[in-house]
Amino acid sequence: MTQPAKPAPVPLLSILPPRRWTPLSLRELWLYRDLLYTLAERDIKVRYKQTLLGIIWVVLQPLIAAAIFAFVFGHIAKMSSDGAPFLVFSYAGLLGWNLFNSTLTRASASVVENARLVSKVYFPRLMLPVSTLGATLIDFFVSTGLLVVLMLIYRIAPGWQLILLPFWMCLLLAAAIGLGLYISALMVSYRDLQYALPPFLQLMLYACPVAYSISNLHVSPRILSLYYLNPLASILEGFRWSILGVGTINWGAVAYSTAVTLVMLVGGVLAFKRMERRFADVL
Amino acid sequence: MSSSDIAIAVRGLGKSYEIDHQRTHLPTFRDTIVRRLKNPFGRRSFETFWALKDIDLEIQKGDVVGIIGRNGAGKSTLLKILSRITEPTTGRVDLYGRIGSLLEVGTGFHSELTGRENIFLNGAILGMRRKEIQRQFDAIVDFAEVEKFLDTPVKHYSSGMYVRLAFAVAAHLNPEILVVDEVLAVGDAEFQKKCMGKMGDVAKSGRTVLFVSHNINAVSSLCNYAVLLHRGRVQTRGEARSVISEYSSIVRPDVHFDLVEHSGRPKGRQAILQSLALAEQNDEPSATFDPGAPMRIKIVIKTDTRLRSPRVSIGFTSARGERLFAVATYLGVNRIGQIVGAQTVICSLQLPALMPGRYTLDVGIAQEGGAFIDAIYSAGAFDIAETNYLGVTHAYFPEMGNILVRSDWSLEPTAIEATTAAAS
Repeated sequence: MTQPAKPAPVPLLSILPPRRWTPLSLRELWLYRDLLYTLAERDIKVRYKQTLLGIIWVVLQPLIAAAIFAFVFGHIAKMSSDGAPFLVFSYAGLLGWNLFNSTLTRASASVVENARLVSKVYFPRLMLPVSTLGATLIDFFVSTGLLVVLMLIYRIAPGWQLILLPFWMCLLLAAAIGLGLYISALMVSYRDLQYALPPFLQLMLYACPVAYSISNLHVSPRILSLYYLNPLASILEGFRWSILGVGTINWGAVAYSTAVTLVMLVGGVLAFKRMERRFADVL
Repeated sequence: MSSSDIAIAVRGLGKSYEIDHQRTHLPTFRDTIVRRLKNPFGRRSFETFWALKDIDLEIQKGDVVGIIGRNGAGKSTLLKILSRITEPTTGRVDLYGRIGSLLEVGTGFHSELTGRENIFLNGAILGMRRKEIQRQFDAIVDFAEVEKFLDTPVKHYSSGMYVRLAFAVAAHLNPEILVVDEVLAVGDAEFQKKCMGKMGDVAKSGRTVLFVSHNINAVSSLCNYAVLLHRGRVQTRGEARSVISEYSSIVRPDVHFDLVEHSGRPKGRQAILQSLALAEQNDEPSATFDPGAPMRIKIVIKTDTRLRSPRVSIGFTSARGERLFAVATYLGVNRIGQIVGAQTVICSLQLPALMPGRYTLDVGIAQEGGAFIDAIYSAGAFDIAETNYLGVTHAYFPEMGNILVRSDWSLEPTAIEATTAAAS
């Protein structure tokens, strides 16, 4: 008659009221890795299906902007490009800037743009901003193609500094995703952010060494250290230095930027995790 | 049953929302700043609304559970918590198996992408691995009947094709617990049948199905267990039949039912059916009828567009949730013409000799050959009077069924040999 007592079954999943801080479940992100890929694929396909010129715009936009910078800053303002041809110089700067800019812009809008999805089906919400990286990176590599062409035309060969390029890229992406996570979660409640973001980015563009090089800043060391408070300043200068070998690298500022960027990334993830549980109720 | 047969355990579950009565739009930074300036330290005054409160449920593996209740009873909130779209305020849910939910057909479909691309996208969003989708791909396409249009962007699909494809992906998710919300309200009758069949198959294979619907016919034919929610609480749970009969008793018999804001209309439907009125043959309003009595039903319809060959139908359902019969314009003797603006559709019919008790009416309107453009489940109710139609002293009992039939009985002397001889 005596049967061995069955052990109490362990639930596969327990749904509980939210705690203040939810830890990031890497296991769950791993289970949903195919979704990340599929969402990125969707963004890329939709982007190139809707526009006639598709890929051409990706290179045309920064090329036009670089030409304008070369004309205004190089030709009219006669600023120094540290010896590099101004078009290549500003194009290389824009390449780094656009990596940050489009990651931030796309990630910020991602949750609101997928509101229907968020309110109807469960999946790790983090996938939405992170999946925008797919389309951004494709654009980046396409526009890098034009940079290679420009460098061939101007007969510029990259130096040993090129091996540090992935480092700058990672910093730019980490800063953009960190900030993007934070803004995308805030945008769910505050739609105004979608209008506030473009002018902020416009301002940032001129606060960073994109159209000019840091060597043009003839200011006191005190003011210069204020300039370096912007973590993007030394990263973007470093990005261009890796490609063209020109620019001023302040390693102290680089260390500071790296630390700030990591804080932004971790803070962004935590803030996103904290706000994500309200998404479905607000959207 | 042992505890290892549990699929879902819900304990003390509650979900509250804070309602701000002054708020008419999403908060903007300006609102937040203005509020902070006016009232720098105070908390905002909110009214707390409990969409769900003190829910306790235990659902066994292999059960097909119908969740019924009027709009606002908390059905959708319960499903949203179970599918992890929103988090509970109190209590806990333990799930003993992978859950797949279908709260809306076609979530995550992208109109610019082709059918093939959308199968992968939708599958991934629902939590399927890419390999799984590849393995099920042919079955999905087969079920949806869209093989010819696989490489066409879904924006060119008809709404029927769209729904078929979306349901097909979700139906092949193969979760241990399947949660379905009112998806059967869309699509044509044949496809609805197919979906019901698929859900039945899922249940037969020993998995658990949770099915939310306004349609008590569907619940009674599909589910063995039901939960009736009322204002955020569990009013009754248990065997589907008895829960459904309690649900039917929520609708009070009346002579006139306002349908414009009726809680039996599935969400997202435009209100075309305006009101329903019941009357006797002489146009005298009535909520109680004798068995076999004539009945006049008046339905007021208001439409912005011209309805060329409208199909109005009325279904009669017993308190046990069985559909007894239906009448419809296309099943009637004479047809009605087109409907423009507001018009009253009058249906005169002869009731069968129904058992005394309560009956509910489902009302629907469709375009010719199309799916419903408006439908309301349990739109109204009436009683059949306790008259002694059969003229007997015996009390009526449930095994008699729903229809009273007068019968004559007699005896005839019979020789056994004669019958055997005739048979051989």
